[in-house]
Amino acid sequence: MHLDHSHSGPAAVSADALRPDGRRRALRIGLGGPVGSGKTATVAALCRTLRDRLSLAVVTNDIYTREDAEFLLRHAVLPPERIQAVETGACPHTAIRDDISANLEAVEDLEDAVGPLDLILVESGGDNLTATFSKGLVDAQIFVIDVAGGDDIPRKGGPGVTTADLLVINKTDLAPYVGSDLGRMARDAKEQRGELPVAFTSLTGEDGVRPVTDWVLARLAAWTA
Amino acid sequence: MNRAALLVLADGRFPAGGHAHSGGAEPAVRAGRIHDARSLAAFCRGRLHTTGLTAAALAAAAAGGLDPLELDEAADARTPSPALRATARKLGRQLMRAARATWPSGELDALAAARPRGAHQPVVLGLTARSAGLAPEDAAYCAGYETVSGPATAAVRLLSLDPFEATAVLARLAPELDRVAGRAAELAGRAAREGLDALPAASAPLLDITAEAHAGWPVRLFAS
Repeated sequence: MHLDHSHSGPAAVSADALRPDGRRRALRIGLGGPVGSGKTATVAALCRTLRDRLSLAVVTNDIYTREDAEFLLRHAVLPPERIQAVETGACPHTAIRDDISANLEAVEDLEDAVGPLDLILVESGGDNLTATFSKGLVDAQIFVIDVAGGDDIPRKGGPGVTTADLLVINKTDLAPYVGSDLGRMARDAKEQRGELPVAFTSLTGEDGVRPVTDWVLARLAAWTA
Repeated sequence: MNRAALLVLADGRFPAGGHAHSGGAEPAVRAGRIHDARSLAAFCRGRLHTTGLTAAALAAAAAGGLDPLELDEAADARTPSPALRATARKLGRQLMRAARATWPSGELDALAAARPRGAHQPVVLGLTARSAGLAPEDAAYCAGYETVSGPATAAVRLLSLDPFEATAVLARLAPELDRVAGRAAELAGRAAREGLDALPAASAPLLDITAEAHAGWPVRLFAS
């Protein structure tokens, strides 16, 4: 899953599992998906659930504002020093896949400033169905879509839906109102993803993010094992 | 000497963080100074002959083996805007990461250790070129080209400018880039003999001023 070799001198290179000081770095999980599917809400819910158990930080990649970072700050899901916003020059997918340098810098700064950290969530700017994270930036990625975006999205596939380590289908509470067939979405997702997991969430409910939390904790257990 | 390395280093897709920066084009577009291919060409020409020449000479000097820490100070002295200094160091740090993965060298490691928050980008660029086995003039070309390719790419995104026209702007500037790179390499050579004061200090005050304003915008597409 990760490259387990170390470099001399300051600043580890992307996927190195160890920091320059020899400590194991935090697990990095990316969250991508289309605009409005609930990425920031999922990050906020994960922070609220996990912040008392783990040392957490978040990197946001906004497209042209700092809104996602500000949303997290406003809702006080984490102290401000644990949230970093990366500017992406109108190309959110470039910043998480083709040129990850600004995101790696943010990750490194967070580990330096508030580390040691257990988990860093890297949230992509809202993009299209082809946006995926580089393995040099994250150890695992979550793709978040929602039932209101159309129940044909799992069928359409694309790199996000097909290859993400976890596919989250959010806003299940809205399904009856927008005429989305959850059974069909589950079948189509299975068809596209094979054995890769799918989580249905409704963040308006009590502990609605639970399926994602459980998955993240399992990844973390594997990372620290 | 490995000339083909220049193609890798100068490639716009070289992952060193440049894609998030407009080189001053975003505030110029907002102010109406860049609105078409012609005004983009004028903007790029101005940038090439001012900050472009300075950056190219710093890069050539670093590629020629001058002390990168002294060059870093010289770059600070030639960058009056605090916002642009911060940008130059940020991009230098990001380039350093890519450079140490692509052309690792003890000199890059030493500079990274001395400037963990980043040295000025043209200095890192010159040292990267040196690690790649390139000549000072190659580094000057690369630095000079970046000062115009960044704004041209940004203008395509900001104005929905025809990408063919924007690329033609860069092509028309090629002879001037030849001259700027040659001059920069020559001045870097003189700096090696006479000291760093021989390096050019050409600057564009309007770029400095608009960079300061841009850094305070609440909503923007580019980081600088």
